[in-house]
Amino acid sequence: MDFFWAFVIGGLICVFGQICFDVFKLSPAHTATLLVVLGAIVGGLGLYEPFIEFAGAGASIPITSFGNSLVKGALGELKIHGLVGVVTGIFEITSAGISSAIIFSFFAALIFKPKG
Amino acid sequence: MSNSKMKKLTPTQQEYQKLALAKEPKRPLLINCWHAFVAGGTICLIGQVVQTAFIKWGGFEQKDAGNPTVAVMVILSTILTVLGVYDKLAQWAGAGSAVPVTGFANTMSSAALEHKSEGMVLGVGGKMFKVAGPVIVFGTVAAFIIGILHWVFNPSMGGMV
Amino acid sequence: MLQGHQTWVFQNQPTISGTATVVGPFEGQGPLSNDFDIIHGDLSVGQKSWEKAERTLLEEANKLAIENAGLTKEQINFYLGGDLMDEIISSSFAARTLAVPFLGIFGACSTAMEGLSLASLIIDTNSANYVLASACSHNASAEKQFRYPTEYGAQKPPTAQFTVTGAGSAVVTKGGKGPKVLSATIGRVIDMGLKDPFNMGAAMAPAAVDTIQAHFRDLKLEPSYYDLIVTGDLAKVGYELALELFKKHHFPIAETQYNDCGMMIYDYETQDVQAGGSGCGCSAVVTYGHLFKKLRRGDYKRILVVATGALLSPLSFQQGESIPCIAHAVAIEGGKE
Repeated sequence: MDFFWAFVIGGLICVFGQICFDVFKLSPAHTATLLVVLGAIVGGLGLYEPFIEFAGAGASIPITSFGNSLVKGALGELKIHGLVGVVTGIFEITSAGISSAIIFSFFAALIFKPKG
Repeated sequence: MSNSKMKKLTPTQQEYQKLALAKEPKRPLLINCWHAFVAGGTICLIGQVVQTAFIKWGGFEQKDAGNPTVAVMVILSTILTVLGVYDKLAQWAGAGSAVPVTGFANTMSSAALEHKSEGMVLGVGGKMFKVAGPVIVFGTVAAFIIGILHWVFNPSMGGMV
Repeated sequence: MLQGHQTWVFQNQPTISGTATVVGPFEGQGPLSNDFDIIHGDLSVGQKSWEKAERTLLEEANKLAIENAGLTKEQINFYLGGDLMDEIISSSFAARTLAVPFLGIFGACSTAMEGLSLASLIIDTNSANYVLASACSHNASAEKQFRYPTEYGAQKPPTAQFTVTGAGSAVVTKGGKGPKVLSATIGRVIDMGLKDPFNMGAAMAPAAVDTIQAHFRDLKLEPSYYDLIVTGDLAKVGYELALELFKKHHFPIAETQYNDCGMMIYDYETQDVQAGGSGCGCSAVVTYGHLFKKLRRGDYKRILVVATGALLSPLSFQQGESIPCIAHAVAIEGGKE
């Protein structure tokens, strides 16, 4: 069942993205930004973690999950260190995505050329 | 349709814009949404498989397995980008390839590759975040604002009390 | 000589004595592949960057056009060139290779006819013996500069156009063998307030129609004077809109054949180009390659080539500006061999 919901929920989030492209004529950058912010809001409401428990990768793979991770980090540090944690904690949890993207993009550029 | 944007245009311009809009080939919304659903669903499904593998064989807990899963998806996306396949896939998949974290990795690896000709420091280093930047900036700012809101409405979270 | 408000009529028969067209692999797979002089099988043309590749195409076209005119580069008095790159580096660097007195021009995708107009004027007024005019574009360098990194997965809408990888050069001389340039109409910048950089055809159509109407108004001619009127790169969307505008202005375009280079250069069935081709190279290679072949065979006697350009930059778009456009028309006759 995990696999079924991962497929369906992930697909539906992408459909929302497609509607942003085709109906609202948003660029991919604008759409992704919107989705991250939505993910942050849902995370801030405490609803994204249950969403991940339900949909698994269908919720954790779309870019919305990135917004949730950023909020989780901020709130986690807020609990421990107070207000200053809102700033210091943001990237606590999310580093996997950004670090790996930077590292692998760098090595890809070192070795390969664009094909057009 | 009358709004402030249209009012700045002359009647000729307004008329032409109406004509251009009428003649614009319509985007195949239903087909695009279907492709996005299938592609996005498949990518998330692959993510689910990877995550399950990390839990079953990698000894990760449910709550920790997300991180290496994302890393693997990033590697896969980078490989497809480098092979010149991701952009072809995206024309079919639309949001289905742009919305998952693989899309994010594609923005970075494609920018890094493209600007290699300007050198590793200024090109690859300086322009890697060209397309991905807004996501990081707005995600961070959103997280900050939400954190502040939590602190204001939930003083028991620490700090003032 | 000036006729009307914005048209030059050339009395001294400026002649296009030599042309050359150099294109990339995708264009070489299109319906006009037999009409190009050189087709490269590798989009990077063996170079380290897209920009260097574009420059190489242009240098090859320049060299071959001069050879085809039976001249040497030392004989060329002036070189007029332009392209889509920031600071027109493709043309400037090709000019460095040529070592010919250089006039850099920018008209976006209308550059080919802007260059040909000026070259013809220079020859016609006895201000030079031999002038070279060229324009080029490269799909990857244009995508990199105006849109997204080439490996980035952005879905293109059906109104988008595909920048041609190609360079077209022409040597204009006083008399001699080859098609003659009869007249040229310089266009005004027309802006209908459209802002979508993925629908340039719609933005450019009004400029094409404006210049075409000005041409016929200035010269007091009818469209039937030409066997063919061809626009540079309106492609499918802009072409339809131009037809609507002709209808609205009661312009009898049906008296002659009307086509568009952006629609001719690719095969819509087998090549994924959305609305069609675009870029400085589009009008240049289709004109100097395909249309000139038709002129040489006598299939056409007299044609009007109206290259169209969208004068936006990535910055102007990001700052919320609309897309101003321009079109330049050149009338060419003869050249039958």
